[in-house]
Amino acid sequence: MSLERFLNQSVSPWMNAEGPESDIILTSRIRLARNLKNHAFPTISSQEEAKKVLEKFQGMIPLLNLYPLKDAEFLKMEHLQPLHKQVLVEKHLISPNLAEQSSHGACLLSQDEVISIMVNEEDHIRIQCIFSGLQLEEAFNLANAVDDQLEQHLDYAFSEVRGYLTSCPTNTGTGLRASVMMHLPGLVMTQQMKQLIPSINQLGFAVRGIYGEGSEALGNIFQISNQMTLGKSEQEIILDLKNVVEQIVQQERSARESIVKTAGIQLEDKVWRSLGILKNSRIIETKEAAKCLSDVRLGIDIGYIENISKNILNELMILTQPGFLQQYAGGPLRPFERDVRRATLIRERLLLEKNS
Amino acid sequence: MKCQECQKRPATIHFTKIINGEKTEVHLCEQCAQEKGNVIMFNNTSGLSINNLLAGLFNFNPNIEHTQKNALHPNEIIQCDHCGMTLNQFIEIGRFGCANCYDAFQDQVTTILKRLHEGNWKHRGKIPQRSGGNIHLRKKIDILKETLQSLVAREEFEKAAEVRDEIRLYEQQLQEGGE
Repeated sequence: MSLERFLNQSVSPWMNAEGPESDIILTSRIRLARNLKNHAFPTISSQEEAKKVLEKFQGMIPLLNLYPLKDAEFLKMEHLQPLHKQVLVEKHLISPNLAEQSSHGACLLSQDEVISIMVNEEDHIRIQCIFSGLQLEEAFNLANAVDDQLEQHLDYAFSEVRGYLTSCPTNTGTGLRASVMMHLPGLVMTQQMKQLIPSINQLGFAVRGIYGEGSEALGNIFQISNQMTLGKSEQEIILDLKNVVEQIVQQERSARESIVKTAGIQLEDKVWRSLGILKNSRIIETKEAAKCLSDVRLGIDIGYIENISKNILNELMILTQPGFLQQYAGGPLRPFERDVRRATLIRERLLLEKNS
Repeated sequence: MKCQECQKRPATIHFTKIINGEKTEVHLCEQCAQEKGNVIMFNNTSGLSINNLLAGLFNFNPNIEHTQKNALHPNEIIQCDHCGMTLNQFIEIGRFGCANCYDAFQDQVTTILKRLHEGNWKHRGKIPQRSGGNIHLRKKIDILKETLQSLVAREEFEKAAEVRDEIRLYEQQLQEGGE
């Protein structure tokens, strides 16, 4: 497969779009958890019950003729190749849990991959919308509209006092998880991130690295999301998150400014060296690739590097994950082979920039 | 006391089952208990895992009054009659079995939700359009009542009167709809 064709097939529109504040905010994501009345939740339900839920959902799909669920693709997990599932996970369109553990799990995916509805994950239904940049309200409005459409045909488990009843009590109420993915190299370099995380937590928001394990945030990419789902309206939850995120954006901007002012030449050196590594390496591990991509993206944002598109970070962070690399290679790869393949893919991708 | 199942062997296991608030005393011998599967649940509960988040939340409660009210009596099993999940199983795995569990474990759920959601236990967000029924109207009234209180507190009586009239209007609608 040629790289261009692979990219055309692999890159979701929201990876390329440049939403508001997209120099720092990569994506905004909304997730709504919903369950059906009179069916045990997927975590304990029997095979037959899970099947019934799936059939109920599937029977309703033809009725969803409104944009944007028209022409959506229905993917049953049991019919997908492991590699295909892994790619969907790496794109954040389905959860690892749905891919590996669900029984009668499925996903309804809109053509533009903005909406994905998971069936029989931890909850019967999970509606997810991803937008580029800071567009929490837009993503919520879409998810909300999808929810309204589904509710016309499905009986939700809802209580006046508790709200939407979910499998896990951490989602009860609105069932809403709003999250924003942010690129914060300035705050990491100036050592401010470590202090910032506890104070964001105190405000009721979770911070985690979205790539990499544990507390490590590969590529200086962090995800901020609400923890509380009960007692506030959806609008309040989103507004509160937006306010926190906007403050972090301000702090990241001023951190970048102060680095440029006080250590401009060192930063420029770091950025160009990283571009050199990406352009020339023959073997590259995930961690090093993520670090270099973060540096190059920062260099583009600041204006040191021209002629390379901004979305290279978003795109390559996703495409250099094991599942994608193996899909590109057309078969399974051992870890060392992946590192070679990763280096090749990055080099070819950068060459594509020059030609265009 | 003899086992209530086999009526032969002496009952060595005694507990109270609470299903939808209805208490039943159960006395079984070890053999019958094992056959009924009760003892398995029972054994699981004897040591609440400290590592478990929910169990931790449940046990650590600064509000003493609440703790006493919701404290688990060691010989009681609270169970959901829809999916069969017991309260102890719920605490152990941290996931409800079905929507009805919320009612079955009502008292404990409030405590847990409060700890997870900064003291909140009541939903203030979206209400489904179709199955929401007149909840929409009642919620609207609730919110207006809160507004009314804060207006009175701020001594903005003219606005308060307007809000009061609005509440009356909705309450009328609610009554008409209910008849």
